[in-house]
Amino acid sequence: MANALGLDVKPVTEYTAEEVERVKNWINSKEYKEKNFARQALVINPAHACQPLGAQLVAHGFEGTLPFVHGSQGCASYYRSTLNRHFREPAPAVSDAMTEDGAVFGGQANLHEGLENAYTLYKPKMIAVFTSCMPEVIGDDLTAFIKNAKNKGIVPADFPILYANTPSFNGTHIHGYDSMLVSILQTLTEGKKIEGRCTGKLNLIPGCDFNTGDYREYKRIFKEFGIAVTVLADISETFDSPCDGTYSVYAGGTKLDEAADSINGKATITLGPYATPKTFSWIKDNYAGEHASLSMPIGIVKTDALLMKVAELFGKEVPAALKAERGRAVDAMTDAQQYMHDKKFAVYGDPDYLTGYVSFLLEMGARPYHILCSRGTKKVEKELQSLLDASAYGKGCKIYMNKDLWHLRSLLLTDPVAAVIGDTHGKFAARDAGIPLFRFGFPVFDRVNLHRSPIIGYQGVINMVTAICNKFLDIKDETCEDRFFEMMR
Amino acid sequence: MTEKIRKVPGITKESTQEMIDKVLAAYPEKARKKRAPHLGPNDPASGKSCVQSNKKTVPGVMSARGCAYAGAKGVVWGPIRDMVHVSHGPVGCGWYSWGTRRNLMSGINGVTQFGMQFTSDFQEKDIVYGGDKKLKTLLAEAHELFPLAKGISVLSECPVGLIGDDINSVAKTVAKELDLPIIPCNCEGFRGVSQSLGHHISNDTIRDYIIETREFTEPETPYDIALIGDYNIGGDVWSAKALLEEIGLNVKSVWTGDGEMEKIAATHKVKLNIIHCYRSMNYMCKVMEEKYGIPWLEFNFFGPTKIKESLRAIGQCFDATIQEKVEAVIARHEPIMQAIIDEYKPRLAGKKVMLLVGGLRPRHTIGAYEDLGMECVGAGYEFAHSDDYDRTAPEMPDATVVYDDPSEYEFEKFAETLKPDLIGSGIKEKYIFQKMGIPFRQMHSWDYSGPYHGYQGFAIFARDVDMAVNSPTWGLVKSPF
Repeated sequence: MANALGLDVKPVTEYTAEEVERVKNWINSKEYKEKNFARQALVINPAHACQPLGAQLVAHGFEGTLPFVHGSQGCASYYRSTLNRHFREPAPAVSDAMTEDGAVFGGQANLHEGLENAYTLYKPKMIAVFTSCMPEVIGDDLTAFIKNAKNKGIVPADFPILYANTPSFNGTHIHGYDSMLVSILQTLTEGKKIEGRCTGKLNLIPGCDFNTGDYREYKRIFKEFGIAVTVLADISETFDSPCDGTYSVYAGGTKLDEAADSINGKATITLGPYATPKTFSWIKDNYAGEHASLSMPIGIVKTDALLMKVAELFGKEVPAALKAERGRAVDAMTDAQQYMHDKKFAVYGDPDYLTGYVSFLLEMGARPYHILCSRGTKKVEKELQSLLDASAYGKGCKIYMNKDLWHLRSLLLTDPVAAVIGDTHGKFAARDAGIPLFRFGFPVFDRVNLHRSPIIGYQGVINMVTAICNKFLDIKDETCEDRFFEMMR
Repeated sequence: MTEKIRKVPGITKESTQEMIDKVLAAYPEKARKKRAPHLGPNDPASGKSCVQSNKKTVPGVMSARGCAYAGAKGVVWGPIRDMVHVSHGPVGCGWYSWGTRRNLMSGINGVTQFGMQFTSDFQEKDIVYGGDKKLKTLLAEAHELFPLAKGISVLSECPVGLIGDDINSVAKTVAKELDLPIIPCNCEGFRGVSQSLGHHISNDTIRDYIIETREFTEPETPYDIALIGDYNIGGDVWSAKALLEEIGLNVKSVWTGDGEMEKIAATHKVKLNIIHCYRSMNYMCKVMEEKYGIPWLEFNFFGPTKIKESLRAIGQCFDATIQEKVEAVIARHEPIMQAIIDEYKPRLAGKKVMLLVGGLRPRHTIGAYEDLGMECVGAGYEFAHSDDYDRTAPEMPDATVVYDDPSEYEFEKFAETLKPDLIGSGIKEKYIFQKMGIPFRQMHSWDYSGPYHGYQGFAIFARDVDMAVNSPTWGLVKSPF
């Protein structure tokens, strides 16, 4: 029954060169931009993934933890391969491979069989279950399923299995991160709160951060401070493990007993106010000690804020070494400011990254001219606007909430900027606009080692200044007329 | 099955079975029973599969498989360059499969070529109230913003089938309104056991909605063929097509690498279908044979030995003019191929390779490794069927291990025992083996290289295999302290 649509049979056609040229120019036009921004239903090149990806990321940040996708096996393959490509590291996770019959009978049988096999084969210390679309749509009751698994003796009664509902049709990967993190902490800390006990440690929640270099940088900063820190959750070893001839399914992660004891910490700071609101709200109600929610420390001001907060919470001075480091970062900025001053940038990414990029660019005297957030709340928008309002360089800069990278393309083509800050997915728009793309965000599929290069803290400032200014200088050297090609820049 | 049965020193039916039994011992009883029939020592003499296949994945064991949507969007539809492909449902599926297959495309992105990510980005309300209305709106938006798109495919993700949306009816209505082919493909990820059903569903959709809806404008010739099952990974189609044209054939359409919808729609007018990826497209070859009487031929463009055999077999379907050209082309390329072999074989001879790819490449690439003097000590597929394993048996040495949809655990343990010099598989496996110090090439994406098809491809394949196996970086894995 070919031609089920009942359309007329037509000859194979080719477009004329003129017609192609006309459309090629048209998609770069202001008229096209209007039509593009009038879209109501179609999303093109979104800058966000779905919840389970974030859930898997955070699960990898705990010792011996096996991420377990309750749903179709294809979902697990997608999350895993995304993490593989970004980190160029293994990302072991299992699924319970639900199929059509799951839609009829529910997913309990698959979950139970999956738990038995995963527990036996991969010998995890903890299993973190999260859901993809199918069980969310049919409404599987995971509390009951897991309870039944323990009652049936499929896994030992005291074995930690927890779950997070991570529907893909709601929120983005950062929300899955949050749901899984709070679920893990609730499970591990249950009954562990001891009146009067204080570990003396700082609990640090970096947020949904895909840069292993950032995690190592946090640990270094707090070592300088002389403060013991529990990172919740620490993916730095999992996704930056040595190549030494051995492979471990569980290459790193925060120790489970340490995470359990985090409830007795001296203080807890989240650096992902937009990625971990649920977790932080629960922590405030349940964790001992002080609690603070700060921006991701991208740029000088936000790093200062973190160090001052830590100094205050722990009654310590900011160590001289960190003060010197700040001076070096500022030195890098003042030395290089002329290469970025008043340059317009387009930035996009998750909210916690965005507030950081905007803050850093304004500090440099650059202009975060197009700010695009693929999914974000009024609160994010307000915070971004207040950053712009507080700086002379924020004037004329505009925030585009809930827009995608095809919108970004129209912005770049109709109202040009010098560069884009984002991730690999922005490379098509950047190329069409003929400007460089700085891959400070996630995912990075097309460059090596960027996930090892921190963008947080003072070192992050130096790294970003170096990348941006040298790229601008490369472009100048590659494109200037011979008579302007000179030794010094 | 004229191939000589080859042996690998140290590998016997008993040694392979012992290795399998040891791995199976780690499973709980039920899983062990399920997995056992999927692992076996190869029996080339029988010419038959030694394993079961195309069965449900065992829950909880870390399979490499994807889903029906992945097979539809990533494999069959995505490479058709002049259509808009809408991932209909939540944002993730389309996002994960965006630009991650390396099916290269010509044309201008956003103008004549649409290698982008289109999605309806389902929200909670779409699940509750259904997404048909949204679909209707977005189809009109896509047509307005991309006026040169020749058609739109609507690829269903899991929720669409679960909530009872009727994309077929929306497609039919909007296709009439816009006078544009809008192809509904019910390829929800929960259907079937792997990507494979997504291929089949997509083939059926082409049968129902596309083929016969266009006619070629040029006069027919006896040399009109279609290249089926080449997805232009790293430029494979461009290499294969050049070679087919060199022997005098007119490649009227390609399914679906760098593909054009209208030419695919007119394929019922060709004289012969030649198929590279049998697994993903044999369905439509059979349909075209039954319905239009078009014969079809499987061929293999990996490595000079198989290329030569294939060119001759293709030539046999035509007259002497083509056959003469085939011989001339082989004669022209053979010295170049020999020079490549002379360069790399001394460094690769006797090296062992293990393979795990989708549904075709293990059996199709063994010849190319053998051209370089290497031997295959284990092979398997994510989603092959028994006819694929039948075709694999004569390609592999005697008693080497065959694994169907292996868990990561099995693959890892087999590699520990067999100690291959190279593993060819996917991104999820790559870094596991590289941590173990085993050289690895991604054989889905050609590891960001390619093309690997045709004579042109073999030069690149040989270089890539050599640099993977012989990179000095492997010598640094063990620290001296």
